[in-house]
Amino acid sequence: MSFDNAYEALTEDNDTRWAFGTGFTDPLAGMDTSVPSGVDAAELARSCLWLGDDALIMSHRLQEWVAAAPELEDEVALANIGLDLLGQARLLLARAAKADPALVPAVNQSDEDALAFFRAAEDFHNVRLVELAGGDFAFSMARLLVFSTWRLALFQRLVDSPDQVLTAIAAKGVKELTYHRDYAARWVVRLGDGTDLSHERMQAGLDEVWPYVDELFDGENEDDKALREEFDAVMAQVITAGALKQPYLRPVPTAGRHTEHLEPLLAEMQSVARAHPDATW
Amino acid sequence: MVSARAVAETVTDPELPMLTLADLGVLREVEETPDGVVVTITPTYTGCPAMDAMRSDLRSALHQAGFGAVDVRTVLSPAWTTDWITATGRQKLAEAGIAPPGAAPRGGPIPLTLTAPPKRVACPRCGSPDTELLSEFSATACKALRRCRACAEPFEHVKEI
Repeated sequence: MSFDNAYEALTEDNDTRWAFGTGFTDPLAGMDTSVPSGVDAAELARSCLWLGDDALIMSHRLQEWVAAAPELEDEVALANIGLDLLGQARLLLARAAKADPALVPAVNQSDEDALAFFRAAEDFHNVRLVELAGGDFAFSMARLLVFSTWRLALFQRLVDSPDQVLTAIAAKGVKELTYHRDYAARWVVRLGDGTDLSHERMQAGLDEVWPYVDELFDGENEDDKALREEFDAVMAQVITAGALKQPYLRPVPTAGRHTEHLEPLLAEMQSVARAHPDATW
Repeated sequence: MVSARAVAETVTDPELPMLTLADLGVLREVEETPDGVVVTITPTYTGCPAMDAMRSDLRSALHQAGFGAVDVRTVLSPAWTTDWITATGRQKLAEAGIAPPGAAPRGGPIPLTLTAPPKRVACPRCGSPDTELLSEFSATACKALRRCRACAEPFEHVKEI
């Protein structure tokens, strides 16, 4: 559309031109969201909710680097990766809500907003890996490498899911996660195989993340084992190239489902939506 | 009266305004039904924040051209690929100083690439093939940032997906 000036565009019959990211509509608008026969709707919803929560919380942690990353290029990269994951979260949470409306808190909000902003910590199903607070760049790169390697392998399998919506989300996600994994892997190698100081800090970051790896792989069947093998092979490749040591650390006991880091994260993420439930953006 | 397709094809991308949504391969279908116009679009990236602006631009363009009911639908599958950017679209990108994408990777196992594979991306300013990658993430989700070693200008490159 061409307008003579920017203000003219704003006087149109809608306000979505004020800025990108305003005037949100249902991310699944106009899509066939019926649950295929033979698929257990509640189980599908649960899977989408878990995958969506991982993406949402990881995205929030990545957004914390905006205005704090070591270089402008990395700030832009981390914001882009966070945006991709936020997009995945929106679709997955909306899919979960469509498949099982009982999951959605009864508030006057869109499904995705109700799920993101009006659930308490105990109702989030994300892995603990993504909620850990991290102000250290090496730790964040180790976490991003573990997360995107695991999620890419998982999404490559979900491309064959019996649900057409989840299949479509996974197929798009695979393309995005490929770039995320490469980005993180290159930083881990660069820091690991860099100076004495960067090596030491990269190893420390990897050691800090490692106790949270086992919880990503709790399945027992052949496909779950293949997923773990694929993950281990990629990690070994990066660890070798980065002159790092494979950590052998015991997993953190699963005392509670979440760490103490999730509550403060949610308090920040949900505060505006809860303080102004009638606001639109 | 101009067809709904012809009108929809004039709508430009909010982030790459030199391209139409049709040039970009985002406009998938335009159908005139007795109940109104049904337009189908697909996002480039899952988190693309411009989708709402696209829907709104399509609706206003069609309303202004005299079409009443307009329904803009989204499809996610098949996933958008840079291969869908038309020849005209590629030419317009290059003219605007943005290097167009090469062929997108095709299915199969996804190898980890620890060093960015050397790509022959010509500098859109001086034409030199001697350019380097600065970052695979740039001002929008769909572009990488490169620099020309010959003329030293940084430039953007629509990355292959």
